[in-house]
Amino acid sequence: MAPLLLMQGIDKAFGGVPALQQASLAVEPGEVHALIGQNGAGKSTMIKVMTGSHRRDAGEMVFDGRPVAFANPRAAQDAGIATIHQEINLVPFRSVTENICLGRERRRFGLLDWGAMHRESEALLARFAIRGIDVRRPLMSYPTAVQQMVAIARAVGFSARLVVMDEPTSSLDEAEVEVLFGVIRQLKADGVAVVFVSHRLDELYAVCDRVTVMRDGRTVLSAAMSQVSRFELVRAMLGRDLEQAVHAGTAGTPGREPLMEARHLARGRRVRDVSLSVHSGEIVGLAGLLGSGRSETARLIFGADRPASGDVIVASAGPIDGPAAAIAAGLGYCAEDRKTEGIVPDLSVRENLVLALMPRLTRRGVVDEAQAKAVADRFIARLGVRCASPEQPIRELSGGNQQKVLLARWLCMDPRLMILDEPTRGIDVGAKAEILTLVRELAADGLGVLMISSELEEVVEAASRIFVLRDGVSVAELRGAQVSEDAVMAAMAHGGAAEAPKVRHD
Amino acid sequence: MTESLAAPAPAGSRRPGWGHRLAPHGALLALVLLILFNAAFTPNFLTWQTLNVNLTQVCATVIVGVGMTLVIATAGIDLSVGSLMAIAGALAPLIFLGHLVPGLSGPPAIVLAFVVPVAVTAALGWFNGWLITRFRIQPIVATLVLFIAGRGIAQVMTNGNLQVFNTPGFQWIALERVAGIPVQAILMAVVVVVAAWALRRTLFGRRVLAVGGNETAARLAGVPVVRVKRGVYALSGALAGVAGLIVVARNSAADANLVGLGVELDAIAAAAVGGTLLTGGRASVVGTLWGALLIQLVRYTLLANGVPDAAALVVKAGIILAAVVLQVRRAP
Repeated sequence: MAPLLLMQGIDKAFGGVPALQQASLAVEPGEVHALIGQNGAGKSTMIKVMTGSHRRDAGEMVFDGRPVAFANPRAAQDAGIATIHQEINLVPFRSVTENICLGRERRRFGLLDWGAMHRESEALLARFAIRGIDVRRPLMSYPTAVQQMVAIARAVGFSARLVVMDEPTSSLDEAEVEVLFGVIRQLKADGVAVVFVSHRLDELYAVCDRVTVMRDGRTVLSAAMSQVSRFELVRAMLGRDLEQAVHAGTAGTPGREPLMEARHLARGRRVRDVSLSVHSGEIVGLAGLLGSGRSETARLIFGADRPASGDVIVASAGPIDGPAAAIAAGLGYCAEDRKTEGIVPDLSVRENLVLALMPRLTRRGVVDEAQAKAVADRFIARLGVRCASPEQPIRELSGGNQQKVLLARWLCMDPRLMILDEPTRGIDVGAKAEILTLVRELAADGLGVLMISSELEEVVEAASRIFVLRDGVSVAELRGAQVSEDAVMAAMAHGGAAEAPKVRHD
Repeated sequence: MTESLAAPAPAGSRRPGWGHRLAPHGALLALVLLILFNAAFTPNFLTWQTLNVNLTQVCATVIVGVGMTLVIATAGIDLSVGSLMAIAGALAPLIFLGHLVPGLSGPPAIVLAFVVPVAVTAALGWFNGWLITRFRIQPIVATLVLFIAGRGIAQVMTNGNLQVFNTPGFQWIALERVAGIPVQAILMAVVVVVAAWALRRTLFGRRVLAVGGNETAARLAGVPVVRVKRGVYALSGALAGVAGLIVVARNSAADANLVGLGVELDAIAAAAVGGTLLTGGRASVVGTLWGALLIQLVRYTLLANGVPDAAALVVKAGIILAAVVLQVRRAP
């Protein structure tokens, strides 16, 4: 059978930086096809090329037997490719019918033909076996799952041949996910193909027929779902084919009182049951697939969000009820997104550096400028921040140097525990190595470090212990000789530490 | 990317040229040019009389504008300042005329007439901040509440009556002069200098800019964002109260309908012309002073040269537009 959609040799670069390199994807009619990969692997770019939001630089795309090049999303839609985004783009105050028919209203004698539109909406919902809905009522009177179904019905209409769902389950609860799967199976029965993006392996096995894995802009694996194990999927997403990173973490000091202990943290769907601990002088890794709740856990520990249940206990400190309390307890937190959560772009390097320290430099409300300057100069020199002057706005610095300033923001506080969320993301190789070396030196001097990184080898090389998260649950703690890339990936895939399979390296 | 190279700034993000250097001082430059123009063409321009007229005209706008600048620095806006001026202006005569507390008179009444209205408007400003932080209402909507209700409150307090008075003990704030300079102008200068210093040197000032520059980052760095915001709106309210007192003292009358009418927009315009970024994070208190003086002097120049006030409004709008366009071009 000829594939419904065939993409081959797709290249796409943004400003000279390649996002897709010879990527490929083949979707058969009536199949549910999983498209997975880490952040930056190229899935979103692939989908945007597919649905006409981006133009490809090279490669061919065949849809329904014809070579195509969609100029815009509307053209892809007209050809029969519907896209459902993460957020529901509907008008909650208007009726179900109005939402379904928005932009393609039926008219008769120049007036809206409400009768025809209501009938059409009812027929469409019936097709997806969504019952008990009065299409005349406002959309917002129905629960989120139903709204999502309406969004799908609207997007799919009667003519779509291929439906692209970009993380459709991220905002749904488990019952709602089941309803969605019902719709997907219905589409499949009608011969409509579905491209399904999700980070939850369980969901992929529940509903998908085939899977394509992307990494670094390339297609690295394409297989029938029944032919690949979870471990192989994780390995394809994260793993490198060549050498395994050598575990060289610090010795760790089990048995002593932990510096920080998180017990059964839970908040919403993202963090469901996370327990972990960090001792002083050790680097602890926090690993997990995208969406497994790593950053959310970090925010809970630092008090940036409050847990729905569970406790964070910091040795010889009170309860953590906010960032200020966390800072007082000796914690520091470099957030994942440097731009939105880290730097204050218009302030100078110096001001950014002493932002958290400032209250300690203040006498009767007035900041001691001389002392602030001295601190900034000392840490700029110590971390090798490259800037024209401490008074230069931080936005003018490169990513690596911004990250160093953010590290310095906490180091000048003389912290006991640092939480580093993706400390090396988006910075060049040289700065990356400098930062990792610095973290090791600090740990050797007694600092406790909790490090999150999507780059497995970083965590494996640096950490003495690794906690693995899977769907918001801490499923494994690896220590000492147990720490290896394979073991971490196995825990991500299966949720257990002991069952790491023996994998051939050839 | 050439990150590890010792490149202080990515190419293209900074073009040191005279335009770039002058842009931050655009309002001051325009002000100087306008003064030179007037000195040459407007009769009797270089006199104490002219200076004092212009300073007293601009005083309320500047004082309110300083508070507005701090609010804008947190990426907020305060529409209620004009109404708060009306409240302070209505309250003060009620106190020193003894209408509020019968029998209260003399120096204690005068002192209370200064203290109470400012405390009340500060509290109302704090209420603005409370609405914004507690319910996460957008500042423009939250302060719209008192913009509308505030003038109503002022009218209710005075039963809608014009309060006329002749109380030198109170009115010295507007009518007295020290070494030939009106007290209100001195007060204005003090407010500007203290605020400019506080924004640069105090913990509170630095936190204001951090909150406006990146609220999330500030919060994660332990900055008490809620307290900073409430503080800044309280300060804006207090300064509006001071401005309200000056205006009624100058007029020897308090009219709840008119005191502070439209001043919120003048203050915003002065801040924008002075180089304060309306999206927060970058602010210049002294720039607001230049901005307000520029707008005032343009109006004066046009009036002195026989252009009607209505036409002057259009020119004022043009200046604001030019300033904002310059600002957008300057933004990275």
